[in-house]
Amino acid sequence: MSSLATSEAFSEDHRARQKADGINPAYLFALPAATLLAIVVLAPIGIVIGLSFSDYSLGATDWSLVGIRNYANLAHDRSFLNALSNTALYVCVVVSGSVLLGLLLAILVHGTGRMRRVYEVIFFLPVASTLVALGLVWKFMLHSRVGPVNELIAALGFQRIDFFNNPSIAIFALAAIGVWHLVGFNMILFLAGLTGIPRDLYQAAAVDGADGFWDRLFRVTWPMLGPTTIFVTITSTITAFQVFDTVAVITHGGPAGSTEVILHQLYQASFQYFETGYASALTVFFLIIMMAISAVQIFAARGVHYS
Amino acid sequence: MTSATRAVSLDKPAGLPLAPIFAAALKHGLLLLCAATILLPFAWMILAAVKDPADIFSHPFSLDPATLRAGENFGKALSAAPMGLFMLNSLIVVVGVLSVQLVTSIAAAYALAQMKFRGQALLFGLVLFALCIPVQVPALPMYVALAKLGLLNSYFALMFPWFFSAFAIFLFRQHFRTFPQEIINAARIDGFTEIEIVLRLIVPSALPAIAAFSVFSVTAHWNDLYWPLIVVNVTDRMTAPLGLLNFQSAEGVSYGPLMAAATIITLPLICVFLLARRYFVEGVTMTGVK
Repeated sequence: MSSLATSEAFSEDHRARQKADGINPAYLFALPAATLLAIVVLAPIGIVIGLSFSDYSLGATDWSLVGIRNYANLAHDRSFLNALSNTALYVCVVVSGSVLLGLLLAILVHGTGRMRRVYEVIFFLPVASTLVALGLVWKFMLHSRVGPVNELIAALGFQRIDFFNNPSIAIFALAAIGVWHLVGFNMILFLAGLTGIPRDLYQAAAVDGADGFWDRLFRVTWPMLGPTTIFVTITSTITAFQVFDTVAVITHGGPAGSTEVILHQLYQASFQYFETGYASALTVFFLIIMMAISAVQIFAARGVHYS
Repeated sequence: MTSATRAVSLDKPAGLPLAPIFAAALKHGLLLLCAATILLPFAWMILAAVKDPADIFSHPFSLDPATLRAGENFGKALSAAPMGLFMLNSLIVVVGVLSVQLVTSIAAAYALAQMKFRGQALLFGLVLFALCIPVQVPALPMYVALAKLGLLNSYFALMFPWFFSAFAIFLFRQHFRTFPQEIINAARIDGFTEIEIVLRLIVPSALPAIAAFSVFSVTAHWNDLYWPLIVVNVTDRMTAPLGLLNFQSAEGVSYGPLMAAATIITLPLICVFLLARRYFVEGVTMTGVK
């Protein structure tokens, strides 16, 4: 008690001394990070919003404000709407696939005892790997004529699939790689959630007659994993929205624009065609989507309660 | 419910000895199938890297030691493209980024967690805001600024956007807050400066979190393609993923050397992962404890 009181008194004294000295040392500690925050996050966001109302193009000497013209163009730009719908499709497939499969794997791995470590390492391997390198490997494995996946398909008596040259299939092939890359990450999060479920809940459920696998899953495990599921879904959505590496390595947006996604388009408009004003409007749109997903997360985190 | 049915329901596994064995077999069967799918590309990458390029297609499943061309493939990967230089560039970027991140984030997190200052709530609010901002948003203005300053194709350009890490500050603040205020005050009475308190008390107590973040940061920046692709267009400054992408688009590269190059840039990180598995998993789990 007394030590706490002295500590409080000291704290007051310490603060008073800081005031007397003039400069609070806390500022010296916070300053480098705060400065970087201003330079690499806040100022660029302000600038990109400003540029989105201009027709600035990198290297041009004169430019003018054009109001909302860039945004109006965005709404009518076919290639943008195409990229948006491709991205949405990709996100839907990757999120549902990696969340459901991640949950299934976590439930299966959770009860495996000594083998758990081995499975954890294997499923997590893609997360730690360079997607550019493994994207190249996938491109090779899914090759229409010589890829081993098509060898297998042909050996089973089916027709070969030209994964990356068929406009109606290419985006799903990319999404499959996306699921492969993300599923271990989600599994680890679900495993953490599963470990947090008190054992006596299962015992209580067993006393009530719910002791089969499915009973336990639907009455205890799943409801208790509610908050984890929401978190995993949102982080997966954010990750999937940022799909870029596999598109840059494998398809470059083709065939026929079928794998053109928001970030790839953003990259090209910004850094290949230098349409800075238009690219800025695209960036602001991307920012709004990201903020909206984050807002859903904050809202969901408040709304979920399990007593 | 009667006590009899309760006893039966609890004894069910013992009553049906085959069912649990079947369930376990099914479980491991499913897991092994998924594990095989996950491992397949890695196996292929390594196989193609050590085989004769002709054999990759004609005999995809064989591994005949007589026709192995590992030396040739890896030799080509290292000579046709300066993979060694790309790896060195990546190493410089990863170490540089992490060093600055740790110094600035630990200091700021300590100020936010254990000190009091005007604007504290605002700074923390901005850190939370920055957590939601993907790097592609500030990328365009930062590129324009770096271009105007003539700093493209430099290590500084490769590292600069990452010097600030909202995630590191947030994570460290959560950990530093759990450090008892009384011990810090006692240390202040004993004449410790704030820097000594951070280095001798706070940092050692938060080492697992610092290790987890470090592994997280190194992985992210070793693997990053987007930013290097933007600010670098000379071979001398290419990082490993960008170098590999460039190597792939170079004319006449066959699969053997290409897969050897892919193996070369993937292997270091896999070794780090296998050695620091615990911190990888902790790092991921920490993203979930917001």
